[in-house]
Amino acid sequence: MGTMRTVPDFSVVRSGHEVQIPEQVSVPWQGLHRAVSRAPTIPGPAPAGRGGAAPRMRSGAAAAPRHRRGGAAAAAPAGAAGGGGGRRGRKKMPGKLKVKIVAGRHLPVMDRASDLTDAFVEVKFGNTTFKTDVYPKSLNPQWNSEWFKFEVDDEELQDEPLQITVLDHDTYSANDAIGKVYIDIDPLLYSEAATVISGWFPIYDTIHGIRGEINVVVKVDLFNDLNRFRQSSCGVKFFCTTSIPKCYRAVVIHGFVEELVVNEDPEYQWIDRIRTPRASNEARQRLISLMSGELQRKIGLKVLEMRGNAVVGYLQCFDLEGESGLVVRAIGTACTLDKLSNTSAFLPACNSPSKEMKEIPFNEDPNPNTYSSGPSTPLKNQTYSFSPSKSYSRQSSSSDTDLSLTPKTGMGSGSAGKEGGPFKTLLRQQTQSALEQREFPFFTLTTFPPGFLLHVGGVVSARSVKLLDRIHNPAFVGIMGNTRSYKLLDWNSFNSDEPETRDAWWAEIRQEIKSHAKALGCHAVVGYSESTSICEEVCILSASGTAAVLNPRFLQDGTMEGCLEQRLSWQPGFFSIGSEKGEVDFFPQSQDSSSLLGIEEASPPGCGFCHIPYDELNMPFPAHLTYCYNCRKQKVPDVLFTTIDLPVEAIVVGKGCLIQARLCRLKKKAQAEANATSISNLLPFMEYEVHTQLMNKLKLRGMNALFGLRIQITVGENMLMGLASATGVYLAALPTPGGIQIAGKTPNDGTYEQHISHMQKKINDTIAKNKELYEINPPELPEEIIGSPIPEPRQRSRLLRSQSESSDEVTELDLSHGKKDAFVLEIDDTDAMEDVHSLLTDVPPPSGFYSCNTEIMPGINNWTPEIQMFTAVRVSRLSNINPTNQTLNKNFNDLCENLLKSLYFKLRSMVPCCLCHVNFTVALPEDELVQIAVTAVAITYDKNQALQANKAPTEKSQQRASTDNEEQLQFPLELCSDPLSSQPFSPAKEVLEGASSHTGIPAAQRATSVDYSSFADRCNSWIELIKLKAQTIRRGSIKTTTSLEKASPLAEGYLRHRSVPSCTNSTVSVVKMTPLSFLPGAKITKYLGIINMFFIRETTSLREEGGVSGFLHAFIAEVFAMVRAHVAALGGNAVVSYIMKQCVFMENPNKNQAQCLINVSGDAVIFVRESELEMLPVQPSAAAPQHTSSAGDVTT
Amino acid sequence: MSSDLDVFVGNTTLIDEEVYRLWLDGHSVAEAVARRLRGGVLEREGTSVAVLQSDTRDHYRTFQMLERLLHAPPRLLQQLLFQIPPERQALLIQRYYAFDEALARELLGKKLSKGTKKELDEVSARTGVGIRSCRRQFDNFKRVFKAVEELRGPLAENIQQLFLLPPALARDYAAIVFFANSRFETGKRRLQFLSFADFAACAQSLMGHWSQGALAPEAAEPDGDLPKSFLQDLKELKVLVADKDLLDQHKSLVCSALRGKISVHNELEANFKALSRALVNVGGKLTHARDVRDFFVDLVEKVIEPCRSDKWSPGDLRLFLTHYTAAPRNLPGFRHQALWERYMAAISACLLRMYHD
Repeated sequence: MGTMRTVPDFSVVRSGHEVQIPEQVSVPWQGLHRAVSRAPTIPGPAPAGRGGAAPRMRSGAAAAPRHRRGGAAAAAPAGAAGGGGGRRGRKKMPGKLKVKIVAGRHLPVMDRASDLTDAFVEVKFGNTTFKTDVYPKSLNPQWNSEWFKFEVDDEELQDEPLQITVLDHDTYSANDAIGKVYIDIDPLLYSEAATVISGWFPIYDTIHGIRGEINVVVKVDLFNDLNRFRQSSCGVKFFCTTSIPKCYRAVVIHGFVEELVVNEDPEYQWIDRIRTPRASNEARQRLISLMSGELQRKIGLKVLEMRGNAVVGYLQCFDLEGESGLVVRAIGTACTLDKLSNTSAFLPACNSPSKEMKEIPFNEDPNPNTYSSGPSTPLKNQTYSFSPSKSYSRQSSSSDTDLSLTPKTGMGSGSAGKEGGPFKTLLRQQTQSALEQREFPFFTLTTFPPGFLLHVGGVVSARSVKLLDRIHNPAFVGIMGNTRSYKLLDWNSFNSDEPETRDAWWAEIRQEIKSHAKALGCHAVVGYSESTSICEEVCILSASGTAAVLNPRFLQDGTMEGCLEQRLSWQPGFFSIGSEKGEVDFFPQSQDSSSLLGIEEASPPGCGFCHIPYDELNMPFPAHLTYCYNCRKQKVPDVLFTTIDLPVEAIVVGKGCLIQARLCRLKKKAQAEANATSISNLLPFMEYEVHTQLMNKLKLRGMNALFGLRIQITVGENMLMGLASATGVYLAALPTPGGIQIAGKTPNDGTYEQHISHMQKKINDTIAKNKELYEINPPELPEEIIGSPIPEPRQRSRLLRSQSESSDEVTELDLSHGKKDAFVLEIDDTDAMEDVHSLLTDVPPPSGFYSCNTEIMPGINNWTPEIQMFTAVRVSRLSNINPTNQTLNKNFNDLCENLLKSLYFKLRSMVPCCLCHVNFTVALPEDELVQIAVTAVAITYDKNQALQANKAPTEKSQQRASTDNEEQLQFPLELCSDPLSSQPFSPAKEVLEGASSHTGIPAAQRATSVDYSSFADRCNSWIELIKLKAQTIRRGSIKTTTSLEKASPLAEGYLRHRSVPSCTNSTVSVVKMTPLSFLPGAKITKYLGIINMFFIRETTSLREEGGVSGFLHAFIAEVFAMVRAHVAALGGNAVVSYIMKQCVFMENPNKNQAQCLINVSGDAVIFVRESELEMLPVQPSAAAPQHTSSAGDVTT
Repeated sequence: MSSDLDVFVGNTTLIDEEVYRLWLDGHSVAEAVARRLRGGVLEREGTSVAVLQSDTRDHYRTFQMLERLLHAPPRLLQQLLFQIPPERQALLIQRYYAFDEALARELLGKKLSKGTKKELDEVSARTGVGIRSCRRQFDNFKRVFKAVEELRGPLAENIQQLFLLPPALARDYAAIVFFANSRFETGKRRLQFLSFADFAACAQSLMGHWSQGALAPEAAEPDGDLPKSFLQDLKELKVLVADKDLLDQHKSLVCSALRGKISVHNELEANFKALSRALVNVGGKLTHARDVRDFFVDLVEKVIEPCRSDKWSPGDLRLFLTHYTAAPRNLPGFRHQALWERYMAAISACLLRMYHD
């Protein structure tokens, strides 16, 4: 019965073969070594690894046909029912959905004679439909209907969208549909999210676009009490955000959840031949909406099974497989989240540490136990969490001799490395056990709570080429109709192997990823994502992520309740997870906790993640290792590629920049297997070339690490395209990248030689220019610390090196370090020549612009609240008659560069600004057409770096109220929030300070968060020395503050000034959209639910609508409008983590037709400006309730 | 490699004021690009012509989509399709409804019909305003006219509410509507010295003093029409010139009051009767639509030109009108003082505004 047969299946798997790759190249790259192998023709049973750990939900009752769900079939799936008493709410949750249709406005004229419309509304949920009265002869009808009530169960509530259709009543002929509104009521099912959906929604028609608006109120009444409901499957929260959402803390991060559902694509059903395009589009929209709901519900069940309550980093995608069907799949990370209590979430104190400090005296009962009972106020946690570290920091120089490298002990790096060994092993064992039971230890998160990510191994990726089976067989056209109609009727009951087939495909790829990670000595994969590219019957499945070693503690279940000690020490960590980015400062660094718990590896925070997780003696690939330039204790690779965001604690030099590798490869047109084979053959070469390009471009910018790496391979009829985007940075922990040397193969030719030296000069110039542009000045000589008793880092490193010469292995390494300039490009053929040329064609952004594809731009932190999210789409025709790889590459490169140029020009009024989260998507819709879609956000920043003077006076007085005792207690605590201070007299500190004075993100961050001026005031003379130090840090930070939300007081004042006019005085509430997980200068106070919308737009009058550009321009604007309307109706004022996952555009200019499908998602939130927060009274007790109300005001 | 499709859509709609101006002026994309190039964008931003073209097209598309909404500005504020900050919305509306005074001057008093629209080519040639811009502005006039034609209450306020225009602009539109409604003749050669601003000021004075809204806010007739009863009543004023005694008394009162105060006393004495007749008869004729059209022609021909040829200074005229208006209060047997003052208030204002070279 399967419409899909797994045809010879060209899976690209990693092989042990050595591929001739320049040795440095392979360091961060695991998915590279690969060959093509044939998988069995017929898919066997599910891979063994799947085992019983995660029984497929679809075999349970949950997979019952949706349209029959009303009955007994809705009983809870067995697996979930066994979950215990807590799950009782899941059995069946009857509820009442109530809908009221208030009014319409700006309706289109439906009656030409009267120029008016007789509108009425149909409200449909499941199989029940209600109608309003006809409101005659008006374009602004006031229905003010009764409450339409639907009695439903929770499963239905989760799957079904509410469907509202506006029609024009016609006495003599059929009523004409004006348009529809689909409302996802899922957000009403979380107890903490929205309670009502109310507002104006655009009335959307797939042929005409938006046609007026309708005002609707939707509520859900549940018969069960809220407490019980909270435990039901409906309560699982979904977040697109790939970090722990603000205002939540992660209790446990459980891990990977995935699911997929398959269906016929209505567009390809026989019935599509006789129905109108509108009917077809609507069937498709509705089906996808249903499938998304089902998928989400199923994933929710898995999460409950894992004892989680939320999915973070939820990524749902559609594969439009054409004839063979429609796949909706999703991946995510199951977590147990705890909402930070309102008090803490709303406290202005969260913004400024100094405020938090001063509140401590007001705590009458600073007993740690209060935490567990009372509302969680971060202050308390903070106080207690820091107390151990305080004492620790005082004795740091002695207590952590074995862990930290101090010149006094004269410990060689070699021994440190060895010392690290057992630790590593121990840690690995622990992590192993924590992750072992997991089928796939994958995490879709890209940003992690501090301390979670211990080591990063590098990028792991896997691709596989599959053939989608076509049931289309000319001989059976007649029968096909029947088959399909049968399927249509019965589309849920078939237990064919279709979904299993797709599942197996993905399982295979995930297994491969897992094994890659293992080869890198890692047990987990973070920043994990999956994608597909489909062309006709060929499909490339891709998965990639970053191999990593994680802290097992975050993964363990149930430990938190039991161990108070642990809880105490980790609570602040959780606090910081849930809080704004900047607040991670309060997290006690790993040294502290490790000393407490005695099980953790001591890795300095700013560089720990760079340290290699694999065994250096038994490396999975040739690599050049050196001792970490930051801590000098552990080995680091010379380059690091990752798919995650830059960890907040990472020490970075200078600013980052967007780096793209672009590649086109011609492919012969072929059918089926031949096609798949040729694609499979091309893939490794493409990956290799993309990698080389990335590496060259990285070196050309004088940087040594890539974050947010995303490689997209797109398959077309006659070519393959590769586009890799990442954000390059200079990590202080890694060695300075060597330059690029080019060498020719025919050294005797004079002119050639000349040419080469010319090129070499150009390259060297570019590198120098880039270093200046991105302010890459690695701390060579930190003069700031003149007169300090500590040897300067250079000396120390020399010291280290001389010591290490005694050890064999290090001598070896030193050699490799010595030839760091040996990255040689041999331009022995035209290809390489072209590579060199293409290297130099990338134009840096105009002054005042920076760009990156990560959440935050390394090196910039003083964001102002002005943001502009945008989507740009270009389709270009590759007009070459006889295209070659070179011309294609050039065309593609130009296309991307021009697009970027165009963006910079468009946004020139925002300068100085940074394009963040620049996300390119490439599609090859037709033979010679290349489509590029970009979504990004431009954020302005304040060029005049913020000072933090004006907050001090008010605080001083408050702080004086605190007792001496507390002062003494707090001061070191504050210092401890700076990871350096745990070993205040170690040379590492000086290194950091030196680094921070140039750039250093983390040091600067800390400096901003800890108000040194105020605490310096509180200091007695005994602290004079450290005060001086603190000021040094502060001074450094003035130039280089980095953190995001943490706008310093001055910046906030500035914001307040600027933000006031924007939100007032408009009849439509402003909804901000951003692909980032945060809003600069603002605090997210509530998550209202996930936005996941799918729209189809079609036209048969393309020219009249302004051609393809006019058509798509209008459609994208409409999609934005509908997203904003839904968010506003939920009571929100922003969408974060917004992403356009799909934009499929097809045109037929000859027929004057075009069609486009767009799928977007994001998290609806309520945010409050930090400046508004500050205006509130200082008393926390008063501030909290007031704030709640003001948050409400903002949204109305 | 050519871009078939090229769009940029921001969550907040980007509005480039320069491009908006070019679009409003009716330039094609190519012309707009050429003008932007001349403006030196390329050098300033270091970008390429292709980028400029793409940018211009994007803006043009946006404006085209916005135009529909600009036709009913309150919809622009309510619509959900484009997220535009309020101050930007205001700018869009204001610029869209702003007009060239030269063009408005040409069209004043004309019927806003298809026929007039066809003549826009000539108007465009005369005024130097691009034809597309002319058509847009004409359509604006017509749209505003249609929208407020039947509405009661003060014209300017109605316009301001319906089109969200700044007060000054709304008053100008009120003048245009007023002129189009009463079809005043403004095109005659002898009226050429009057600018749009002059006429607009006159229209305001006329509406301000004469319309029903000026007396009772809950007026029964639209403001654009002068109230019939009032115009009918104006006939009563003819007594001032028809009754010889009254005329003589009026003259002596005015002349004695002005003796030594104006430089043209002799000319005043000589022309008083002619002037007074002209001033009173202008009002007396207003019941006939045909005569209404000649209102400004009459004022110029019969009042302004004689005064000008006698070299009256504006101050002289002002003093004369003040006393001329006030004098009948002391005329025995003249019972229409209120009507007279209401009538003369507008006439005086118009004359003073129009009395220049």
